[in-house]
Amino acid sequence: MTPVKECAAPDFPTAALPLLHDIQLRSNVRHATDVIQGKRFRVVSEMPDWQSLRETGQRTREHTLQYLDSYLEQFEERCTAAGGHVHWARDAAEANRIVVQMAQNAMGRAIKIKSMTTEEIGLNRALEAAGIQPIETDLAELIIQLGHDKPSHIVVPALHKNRQQIRELFAYAMGQPHLGDRPEDLTEAARLYLRQQFMHTPVAISGANFLIAETGGVCIVESEGNGRMCLTLPRTLITIAGIDKVIPNFRDLEVLLQLLPRSATGERMNPYNSLWTGVHPGDGPQEFHVVLLDNRRTEILRDPEARETLHCIRCGACQNACPVYRQTGGHAYSSVYAGPIGAILTPQLALMKEGQSLPYASSLCGACYEVCPVKINIPEVLIHLRGRVVNARPKYLRALDLEAIAMRGMQWVFLSKMRLQLAQRLGRVAQIPWIRRSGWIERLPGMLGGWTRTRDLRPLPPQSFREWFQKRSPLPTEVPHE
Amino acid sequence: MSEIQSARAEILSRIRSTIDASRAGAAETWQAIPRNYRQRSTLTSSEKLALLEDRLQDYGAGVHHAESSQLASVIARILHQRNKKRILVPRDIPPTWLPVGFTFVPDENAAYEAIDACDGVLTGCLLAIASTGTLALCHEPGQGRRALTLIPDYHLCIVEGSAVVETVPEAIHLLESRKQHPITLISGPSATADIEMTRIQGVHGPRVLDVVFIS
Repeated sequence: MTPVKECAAPDFPTAALPLLHDIQLRSNVRHATDVIQGKRFRVVSEMPDWQSLRETGQRTREHTLQYLDSYLEQFEERCTAAGGHVHWARDAAEANRIVVQMAQNAMGRAIKIKSMTTEEIGLNRALEAAGIQPIETDLAELIIQLGHDKPSHIVVPALHKNRQQIRELFAYAMGQPHLGDRPEDLTEAARLYLRQQFMHTPVAISGANFLIAETGGVCIVESEGNGRMCLTLPRTLITIAGIDKVIPNFRDLEVLLQLLPRSATGERMNPYNSLWTGVHPGDGPQEFHVVLLDNRRTEILRDPEARETLHCIRCGACQNACPVYRQTGGHAYSSVYAGPIGAILTPQLALMKEGQSLPYASSLCGACYEVCPVKINIPEVLIHLRGRVVNARPKYLRALDLEAIAMRGMQWVFLSKMRLQLAQRLGRVAQIPWIRRSGWIERLPGMLGGWTRTRDLRPLPPQSFREWFQKRSPLPTEVPHE
Repeated sequence: MSEIQSARAEILSRIRSTIDASRAGAAETWQAIPRNYRQRSTLTSSEKLALLEDRLQDYGAGVHHAESSQLASVIARILHQRNKKRILVPRDIPPTWLPVGFTFVPDENAAYEAIDACDGVLTGCLLAIASTGTLALCHEPGQGRRALTLIPDYHLCIVEGSAVVETVPEAIHLLESRKQHPITLISGPSATADIEMTRIQGVHGPRVLDVVFIS
């Protein structure tokens, strides 16, 4: 089998540049994230105990990582006792090899439930290379697959496409030139297209939302029913899950099933949650496999300041809230995991060599932390990873680093009132040729140009706060009592 | 096999190298996690039913009421309105639920095509969660195997008034004794918002869901 190789990704500002000029994409992303945020806000506001749920969610995830070895062993033991088969995979290649081997007698095709983990390991390419056609059954993943596109959001992977674009895609791929472009028409087309596949494909492949150590069960959260079709109708079901997906006990669902749907899609509960434990005689697949995937998650565990990255339950709320993601969409991150969580997860999963620019793809505003259902302090992890990026450079290079020299210069200026005022006056004069008629600075020379490549800048105001404060009219004299 | 074994050993040993050797037992540490969220209902049973009705209607499900003695006639009225004639039922459904004038097909391990050929399915459920508008099936007698409530385009579900809880924690507590069963939580008809975040009712699961509350 040919090894699945990820090509080197461009850095974030380079990848973002063409996307920022794509007006259609930006309006699609803005619309979709606005709608989800509005819905999320409504259903979170009606929960008087939301902060307590977040607290317990965070504590539960933290606890799980402290006992990850024993919970994984417990899951394996209970799942096996219930008739399932548990496999372990150190990396993407090993996971793909295991899945391909088990899907060999799949009559050349397998139906799939949307799974970011299988995107992470490039499973579809591995299946195709082995002559097995993967059929994506989630509506958004189907749009991505038919358009040879990449997902741009964890929960709504095709949110960068609008209805006309999807209509064109479906009309062509399904041979229906007269297809309408109402969402109802497109949904109906997908229903008809996939129905026979559900009933006649012998193998399904899924991800997992939660693996329950106590019971050996698996939980999948979804909306369309394609998940239920895949995990109920085929003879064989193969589930691939990161080792971080395990939860200690069945009872933990009482917290996580409240946090996840409200954060992810802004629903009180998503239409379908399915739980199954191994094999159930007379009901559902009679052969069940789970592949537990490491793929550098144990490396993340090793870094005490970044390990909370693994608390993530993949709701996507941080993406919708992020002012950077809302401008660029997901493709700028060159990773299946975009947005704030992607900015901390991707560089750690793909070694610090790739995705080095991602910890900088943030204004550190903290909106992601605010909405995170398990309280991952993403801004702090971002800062920690920026430190790791810098420290990974050789020492002699660090001393010559222009950014570091500029920062030391700034420090020197900021340390003295005289120097700061002088610098402000100089700046006010030096900026004049760069101010456009619009009143904005759109391009700066030299290294400063890096900032204006994807942003416009307000010029320095004619008066600083200090100057205004000194010249202000004196406060009215205090009126004495009585 | 040996490769899988060594992957297992390697992953576990990598995890153990990050772990605090002096940690206390997992069970007691888990017990100590604070749980200050709501775990008990403060609503009367009629308030719970009203809340459930509101939530289900919000999802686009139809909601009906019946005295237990009139259940069959209420079911007849709904099926008539929906124009459904050939209805699949779990083998062990209470016969008193079934009105005359319709074809009720008991599930004898029917093939998927045979299930698909029916107009709809009629089942009970274990419980319902009012605050989220959720029906819980654990696929025991009266609820059918999972394919039954999945393939047909129409699902009519009967909810006993006494089986309605308000909060998710109460429901999970009741499901504890059935945690080894397959469990399906259903909140409204199948839906998607994948196209421009517009909620469309009905994709692959039943596109129409009716619920009858028995008082």
